[in-house]
Amino acid sequence: MTGHAVPDAPVAARLVRRADGRLVAGVCRGLSAHLGVDTLIIRAAFVLLTMASGLGVAAYAAFWVLVPSEDHGTADADDVAGAMEEGTAVRPRRGRRDWGQLLAYTAVAGGLATLSASSGLIQGALWPFIAGGIGAAILWQQADRDQRQRWVGLTRIPLRQMWLRSVLGLILVVGGIAGFVAQQVEPAQASSVLIATLVILTGVAVIVTPWVVRLWQDLDAERHERIRSQERAELAAHVHDSVLHTLTLIQRNAADPREVQRLARSQERTLRSWLYQPKADPDQTFAAAVREIAGEVEDDHGVPIEVVCVGDTMLDERLGAALQAAREAMVNAAKYAEAPSVSVYAEVEGDEVAIFVRDRGKGFDPDAIPADRMGVRGSIIGRMERNGGKATVRTAPGEGTEVRLEIKKS
Amino acid sequence: MTDTRVVLVDDHQMFRTGVKAELGASIEIVGEAGDVDEAVTVIKAAEPDVVLLDVHLPGGGGIEVLRRLHGTVQSRFLALSVSDAAEDVIGVVRGGARGYVTKTISGPELTDAIGRVAEGDAVFSPRLAGFVLDAFAASDAPAVDPELDQLTQREREVLRLIARGYAYKEIAKELFISVKTVETHVSSVLRKLQLSNRHELSRWAAARRLV
Repeated sequence: MTGHAVPDAPVAARLVRRADGRLVAGVCRGLSAHLGVDTLIIRAAFVLLTMASGLGVAAYAAFWVLVPSEDHGTADADDVAGAMEEGTAVRPRRGRRDWGQLLAYTAVAGGLATLSASSGLIQGALWPFIAGGIGAAILWQQADRDQRQRWVGLTRIPLRQMWLRSVLGLILVVGGIAGFVAQQVEPAQASSVLIATLVILTGVAVIVTPWVVRLWQDLDAERHERIRSQERAELAAHVHDSVLHTLTLIQRNAADPREVQRLARSQERTLRSWLYQPKADPDQTFAAAVREIAGEVEDDHGVPIEVVCVGDTMLDERLGAALQAAREAMVNAAKYAEAPSVSVYAEVEGDEVAIFVRDRGKGFDPDAIPADRMGVRGSIIGRMERNGGKATVRTAPGEGTEVRLEIKKS
Repeated sequence: MTDTRVVLVDDHQMFRTGVKAELGASIEIVGEAGDVDEAVTVIKAAEPDVVLLDVHLPGGGGIEVLRRLHGTVQSRFLALSVSDAAEDVIGVVRGGARGYVTKTISGPELTDAIGRVAEGDAVFSPRLAGFVLDAFAASDAPAVDPELDQLTQREREVLRLIARGYAYKEIAKELFISVKTVETHVSSVLRKLQLSNRHELSRWAAARRLV
């Protein structure tokens, strides 16, 4: 069946099925753009050919199968430019089908076919070919789409639909072949023909299998290689964006030890979380939020903050308040304690959430805080109490400070 | 008191030099190694009191050194790493190390930790304590052997204080117990961590990495 069309088959790279202004699959539009002939003439030719034993339909189907559709390749400007050279305006892609016109062409083709059939022109033998051709077209298109999806990673068609199409295509192809056999072969010879067919098919399978397997393996290897190189690229991008950038900054700030330390700590933290931490969203989970806040305070004030988290939970409004209080406590420790480092321990046990912020700095006398200093009283203790939690500050001059925040999940 | 004899295993020469310079006078470095094979040879020859063992080493890592020397030397191992991965940390402790500290530890703290390990005690960093609390809390399944598979209330309290950044002395004061008792609790946690058959432990550690 495809044999009819193979001589004209699209070897030229530019021949594509045009999505704009198409009626069925864009074959005529594509051919007209390719050959520089008016679409109307091409369409009329196909319709007329329908009369010749349905050749028009067959040829159309063959083009449909063999010619890639426009959106396949025209993503690159090449084809668009090609279309323009050939004097066709580049229209918005995926123009809507003109159903009325399609109906008209179908009616004409149908009428002609009936006419030729009633005048005995049509050979019944052709219909199996047509059925088989349509089936093959469906199967080919399906395979084509699978491949495209795999490369581009588009959203998949529902599996059921894929099955449905494949089964429909298979039924049509097998039905076409069976119809041909039924028509051409005497019932008495049917069994020997069947056996001969099976023998030939087996032979072909034996010849082709190793090649197919090899092809499959090559494809697989190639896909793995591609995944690997993608990972490498991602790693390289990460190292480049963060690590190399920081190293450059460190060299430029070599005279400022505090800044160098801050940069190094910040990079270390980023790299660690990239390498070791489960990827969690600081907007959603408690432990990730604690780590993020500690990181920000560390960046702002240049004091290392060691964070240990046990358990985790989703964030809610109350926990958000506790986190704000914890940030305040960390900032105080980093700013005023003069400690070399700050320890933060966050724990989720059932409904109970506790955060401890501790430093071994100089401490202070809690009774001596002036009433107007909002830090501890307002931002920490007050905030916790307003949200139904509790804040305890343990400190004494020279003994460091520990702020303990406790709250229940809402 | 005699000096503590220490072998230093780390593949970064610069780091070894730095550690040697920082360690206190009570410590004598009797050998160094940069990979697994070298470490096994050096440790067998020197029979040190304590091995400072890097977790990531060419030739299989610290855990491979522990595996090959298992039962052949009396030395005690203190794992030292830049890694924060639960899998590495839990792995090396379950492999036989008596403690785990990060490489950011200060010289005096490291000296202190080596002394503690030499005396047979365990050394937990805040992060390791956090991991242990997390790992032992993670399971809903009933413990197979409650003796080994669960932490006591007291052990939990001690671990929590370590995680909060308390030193042993501060923990003792906080809980009104002696430093020796704190050490006993930590050693007992270490034993459970090493001997517990709960496969959840390994699974938990591995899962943390995979997510």
